[in-house]
Amino acid sequence: MSEGKETLVKDSIDRGTVDAARALESDKYAEGFVTDIEMELAPKGLSEDTVRYISAKKEEPEWMLQWRLEAFQRWREMTEPTWAMINYPKIDYQDAHYYAEPKGAAKYKTIDDVPKEILETYAKLGIPLKEQEVLLGVEGAMETAAAARETPRVAVDAVFDSVSVATTFRAELLRAGVIFMSISEAIREYPDLVKQYLGSVVPVTDNFFATLNSAVFSDGTFVYVPKGVRCPMELSTYFRMNAKGTGQFERTLIIVDEGAYVSYLEGCTAPMRDENQLHAAVVELVALADAEIKYSTVQNWWPGDSEGKGGIYNFVTKRGDCRGARSRISWTQVETGSAITWKYPSCILRGDDSSGEFYSIAVTNGRQQADTGTKMIHLGKNTKSRIISKGISAGKSNNTYRGLVSIHPKAAKARNFTQCDSLLIGQTCGAHTVPYVENRRSDAQLEHEATTTKLSDDQLFYARQRGIGEEEAVALLVNGFVRDVLQKLPMEFAVEAQKLLEVSLEGSVG
Amino acid sequence: MLELKNLHARVVPEDAPAREILKGLSLSVPTGEVHAIMGPNGSGKSTLSYVLTGKDGYEVTGGTATFDGADLLGLAPEVRAAMGLFLSFQYPLEIAGVPVMTFVRAAMNAQRKTRGEAEISAVDFLKLSKVAAAKLRIDPDMLKRPLNVGFSGGEKKRLEIYQMLMLEPRFMILDETDSGLDIDALKVVADGVNALRGPTRGMLVITHYQRLLDYIKPDRVHVLSGGRIIASGGPDLALKLEREGYDGVIAAGA
Repeated sequence: MSEGKETLVKDSIDRGTVDAARALESDKYAEGFVTDIEMELAPKGLSEDTVRYISAKKEEPEWMLQWRLEAFQRWREMTEPTWAMINYPKIDYQDAHYYAEPKGAAKYKTIDDVPKEILETYAKLGIPLKEQEVLLGVEGAMETAAAARETPRVAVDAVFDSVSVATTFRAELLRAGVIFMSISEAIREYPDLVKQYLGSVVPVTDNFFATLNSAVFSDGTFVYVPKGVRCPMELSTYFRMNAKGTGQFERTLIIVDEGAYVSYLEGCTAPMRDENQLHAAVVELVALADAEIKYSTVQNWWPGDSEGKGGIYNFVTKRGDCRGARSRISWTQVETGSAITWKYPSCILRGDDSSGEFYSIAVTNGRQQADTGTKMIHLGKNTKSRIISKGISAGKSNNTYRGLVSIHPKAAKARNFTQCDSLLIGQTCGAHTVPYVENRRSDAQLEHEATTTKLSDDQLFYARQRGIGEEEAVALLVNGFVRDVLQKLPMEFAVEAQKLLEVSLEGSVG
Repeated sequence: MLELKNLHARVVPEDAPAREILKGLSLSVPTGEVHAIMGPNGSGKSTLSYVLTGKDGYEVTGGTATFDGADLLGLAPEVRAAMGLFLSFQYPLEIAGVPVMTFVRAAMNAQRKTRGEAEISAVDFLKLSKVAAAKLRIDPDMLKRPLNVGFSGGEKKRLEIYQMLMLEPRFMILDETDSGLDIDALKVVADGVNALRGPTRGMLVITHYQRLLDYIKPDRVHVLSGGRIIASGGPDLALKLEREGYDGVIAAGA
């Protein structure tokens, strides 16, 4: 297909898609560039010294170092899980750098201190780090302050390899009582809050990758929203892996106090490299009584090339604790990247009348493998959960939904609705659905629906006969398939997600 | 003018040997005329519609097909559509999650782009849609639902004609449009089709039965059998087929 024609037909979908597609036409993975900047790396390998090195780099208090060391001791006794439907060569944990920071990163006090290479990186990715550039994904700053006030704003914490390089709108958020900073700073500035909540949702010993993260986590975001406060803007973290031969181990902790609300967005990208890089993150959410957390992810780590060379190994533990009565947590994820995705954002429905939601779109193409889903653990009375999962497989990829709905003995009248839909594009991909249900209550209401459909040549021909080009026809059909989940995303992310879907599936037919 | 000369085509299934279906088909449909193609099952009627619109799995092995002088064969289906070729499917496909209007607007703008025209505005599109829906007695709410999902056979056929009215093609192929329609629906659909008749458009009506031709009156009738046109005539030929069956006409034509 010629470039001109590509652009031509892409216009038929909508303006946003067109512009996005144009921007991406040069390359399928536009985020795959490398930033050339002098880095400071931890020596290769993983030992107690590595843990001490990271802790010292972060100028952590002694208790934090001890916490890490205990995790490291535990990790050494653990074995890597093998139950997921993914295949990869054995990871050599000694063959990576566990810490990488741009030289002098510790000294950034304001945005003006951040090296221009890094600022350019984020500009290229469409992430505004200057507070006047308020709109995520929109070029150019707002012309006037008045216009800016009417525009939805997004505060950004930018994590570059192992360090947070900038966090925007901190002062303004703090006036509302909202703490939004890197976790490294929070450990120093709010040790009591961190001590109270860190590891309280995902225990240090939870699983192999979470324990590894507990020992070597580098940076991530800390959020605290005090009682009764509705966070005045969307918060977001943008994770960028840049350095070669490194892993990224981010740690995010979000605490929303009674009656408070926050919506948080997370985005991830990495350069195209031939090697596989490990990303093992832990995210913990705590919602106290009547609190609400909306957590959205658009994951676009480098997936490797079409033959499966390179790509990120994404082993992530994300869990939310609906600790108080009537609290609500919802996870929305759009997973298009990574060579391997191993990820189950879950909810512990501890408080009575609390509710958990999981909306997921997972796309695999080429040789990608995704094993993703959720766990809804119903502990309290009248707890509700809702799972909507859309898996799209193309190329030679494998896509598995794995989910657990667990109703405990005290969870009177618990309810769950699960819908798992799989869409297959082509003949050589796989889709699998592995739902587990554990029910200890006779009054529980559990519904499960699952469908598998193949995007058929007949459907494509039908759309093309009406004048819609092949790639656009795929995009249109896929957008239709995921529509109910896309609608759950904050607007700025929905546009990005839509364009990502299209780009991820380019060349998947024909 | 649609012109087919000595067209040979075979169907190439993924899991079976290729079979020749069209064996030297010649046919001319001048602009402004409506021609009917009638023929028994397996005579190649649907293959003809797919070959003309460029479906994968059908391979032309000989002959030519031109539309207003331009060679159709080898063009992508979407390019043929933008040239004004429209197929009303015998079995319209279901498109989950894509509302009828979203689909049709995407199609309309894609065609316009390919032709180098500006996109239609939302307001103009809605106006057109309203008129087309009223003509076909389609409930406007139906146009907000995913295309063909959960629709009855008759509703699907009605939506094919709705798309046809919206896209205003220059040449229409109706493949068994009467199947699945009761008599009232047939009249509504035929009225919709007739509204598009005119000196600038051509039409090929593929059908088993004479019934549809009572409502969409053809200028010429052709009998397709064994992959070739074996008899052609005026509207009377359809009536003769109805009386005598295909066997008699085929025996006479062979």
